[in-house]
Amino acid sequence: MSFFKKLKEKITGTNEAVTEKFKDGLSKTRNQFTSKVNDLVARFRVIDEEFFEELEELLLQADVGFETVMELIDLLKVEVQRKNIKDTAGIQSVISEKLVEIYQAGEELDNELNIQEDSLTVILMVGVNGVGKTTTIGKLAARLMAEGKTVMLAAGDTFRAGAIDQLVVWGERAGVEVIRQSEGSDPAAVMYDAIRAAKNRKVDVLICDTAGRLQNKVNLMNELQKVHRVISKEVEGAPHEVLLALDATTGQNALIQAQTFKEATNVTGIVLTKLDGTAKGGIVLAIRKKLNIPVKFVGLGEGVDDLQPFDPEKYVYGLFADGLEQEDTSVDK
Amino acid sequence: MAFEGLAQRLQGTLQKIRGKGKIDEADVKEMMREVRFALIEADVNLKVVKEFVKTVSERAVGHDVMKSLTPGQQVVKIVKDELTNLMGGEQNPIQFARKSPTVIMMVGLQGAGKTTTTGKLASVLRKRHNKKPLLVAADVYRPAAIQQLETLGKQLTMPVFALGTDISPVEIVRQALAEAEKEHHDVVIIDTAGRLHVDELLMQELKDIRDLSTPDEVFLVVDAMTGQDAVNVAKSFDDTVGITGVILTKLDGDTRGGAALSIRAVTDKPIKFVGMGEKMDALEPFHPERMASRILGMGDVMSLIEKAQENVDEEKSKELEQKLLTQSFTLDDFLEQLQQVKKMGPLDELLKMMPGANKIKGLENAKVDEGQMGRVEAVIQSMTTAERNTPEIINANRRKRIAKGSGTTIQDVNRLLKQFEDMKKMVKQMTGMQQKGKKKMKMPGLDSFFK
Repeated sequence: MSFFKKLKEKITGTNEAVTEKFKDGLSKTRNQFTSKVNDLVARFRVIDEEFFEELEELLLQADVGFETVMELIDLLKVEVQRKNIKDTAGIQSVISEKLVEIYQAGEELDNELNIQEDSLTVILMVGVNGVGKTTTIGKLAARLMAEGKTVMLAAGDTFRAGAIDQLVVWGERAGVEVIRQSEGSDPAAVMYDAIRAAKNRKVDVLICDTAGRLQNKVNLMNELQKVHRVISKEVEGAPHEVLLALDATTGQNALIQAQTFKEATNVTGIVLTKLDGTAKGGIVLAIRKKLNIPVKFVGLGEGVDDLQPFDPEKYVYGLFADGLEQEDTSVDK
Repeated sequence: MAFEGLAQRLQGTLQKIRGKGKIDEADVKEMMREVRFALIEADVNLKVVKEFVKTVSERAVGHDVMKSLTPGQQVVKIVKDELTNLMGGEQNPIQFARKSPTVIMMVGLQGAGKTTTTGKLASVLRKRHNKKPLLVAADVYRPAAIQQLETLGKQLTMPVFALGTDISPVEIVRQALAEAEKEHHDVVIIDTAGRLHVDELLMQELKDIRDLSTPDEVFLVVDAMTGQDAVNVAKSFDDTVGITGVILTKLDGDTRGGAALSIRAVTDKPIKFVGMGEKMDALEPFHPERMASRILGMGDVMSLIEKAQENVDEEKSKELEQKLLTQSFTLDDFLEQLQQVKKMGPLDELLKMMPGANKIKGLENAKVDEGQMGRVEAVIQSMTTAERNTPEIINANRRKRIAKGSGTTIQDVNRLLKQFEDMKKMVKQMTGMQQKGKKKMKMPGLDSFFK
């Protein structure tokens, strides 16, 4: 059975709605990417050096980055030789298979959030400015509520004008309480308060917002470490998740972002935001490979339910869905 | 994990060529490959890179490079010149309307920094152009976007026109223009909501606002970290709304900022300002040459100087200079120097900003040992005031105590004392030199940490 068929069965077997949502959000990405791959396949009957060169360019334009692209191309070349693939018709599935392989690096991936069963779970949200931390928190809160958890938010962005108000609006939308102090107060103190409140009210999950900061600002990264320290002091094993929000539009700098934030706060997962545009966020492949940080969620729109768990297989399925349907019909005949 | 700059990349290629004595077209081609890599890693769009490399290699295959004794430098120079040319041209001042008010529209993706930039721009216009701007809160979609602009307005004591979130942005702009006329504002800055360039409905809204307000400037606000997609974004916004200029934000980060080149190449619209920080005065004119150096990872002396100025306390340095001259420099001063340097950011980052730093022998892979600096700090902090002022009194017993107090070893303490002595000697020589009219040196002794 082909990779795609297995994949499709797996997906249709599970949750139709989620997959549809994923497909919808990714449609622009997918259309662009798939039509390009189709183009490529149509234009090149045989697989030669030129074909690989074009493929390389396609991936570079998805912000995948040089190293990963080179690795993929090398893998593909070996595979093509091994399986003796001569024409381009069969290459599409091999490409996606290898992409997933690179991402997973032989590991069984667990994208589940580390939620404690019978005690307080603390989630810390970090990232540079304007990537969508606060919006993601709003969506994540709604998601956890829908799973039957009680949720509280901590307005730790005391720096940016209007940031607290923004979180409060999201709190109202999701129907959760927001612990806040005034603008300009010490974020570590906000966290301390919030943890106290969360313990008192026995909520299941506390999600902490932080101000956006560029990773090369040493003082701000120190401040973030302090916030992290305060949290781990107050709750054992906390923060249970440190999620780095990453804008899919970002280029190669995302790798440095991930590395620096990991060093400061031990990032446990990535939320890839704004994936509903034309940007593809290909750099997550390199991040996963080099730093071993998995993508846990993707942001696919501005609605409260536009946060979906990241599944590399679905992601690739989304990218190649059109190609798959074509392959299927041809097999049926 | 920072990426290699062009110069480093070329070095490897040049090593291979060096033995040949003469370079040919194939060598140039090889070098162009490195140029291509460097630009793509800086996030310049692939298509733009291709076009650019073509132009550069035509020049390179010409006489400039092949006859040169230093082909590597020559290539770097050509690339940098071409980059500067592409992004440059004459400075582009803001176009003010003949008949007030001048209308400026801010557009862009979500999270690019439109609202913050709106505040900064208003501040610049008031300070440097003596204008009286009205800020218009037309982002009715993102929660608390209006509050954000209102807060900035309060900080700047500048009026903000807002009608809440229930009224359409087009209507808000209509009423804002009337208000501007009534209150004699000579500039109106419209802060629109962030939107995806593929969102047809919201792009139509921008067109409606444009048609109604006939803006004199439409600024596309772009995050400097943007990757390959920058061209799609810029092109869509330019095609639908028609932008007149670009503002590049978050350039105070460590991104190479290749998006600047991509956008310029695709839209041919000038980059007018760059955002360099979160404070309201951190908006600066765009310098094409600095940007070119940055994209190529060539070190940015100007930024380094600015960084030093930003972090080094004027008065303290004067005081220190005095101390150096009178030879009353103590371990306390040494400590202070260390802390000032540390404030400027990670040392290896600073090193990277220095041009040629990669050529200094032994420094190419310099991992500056920040831990070592920490130990030095600890040692000094474990000394008494008397010891800091007159290190000569530190005998074996005191050394033992200091080592224990700072959690280091006696060897560490000895090393520091020796370094300090060496430094004092050096300073003595230097101040001697200075009196003979040589240039002043700052931050002596720093080199002992670069190992």
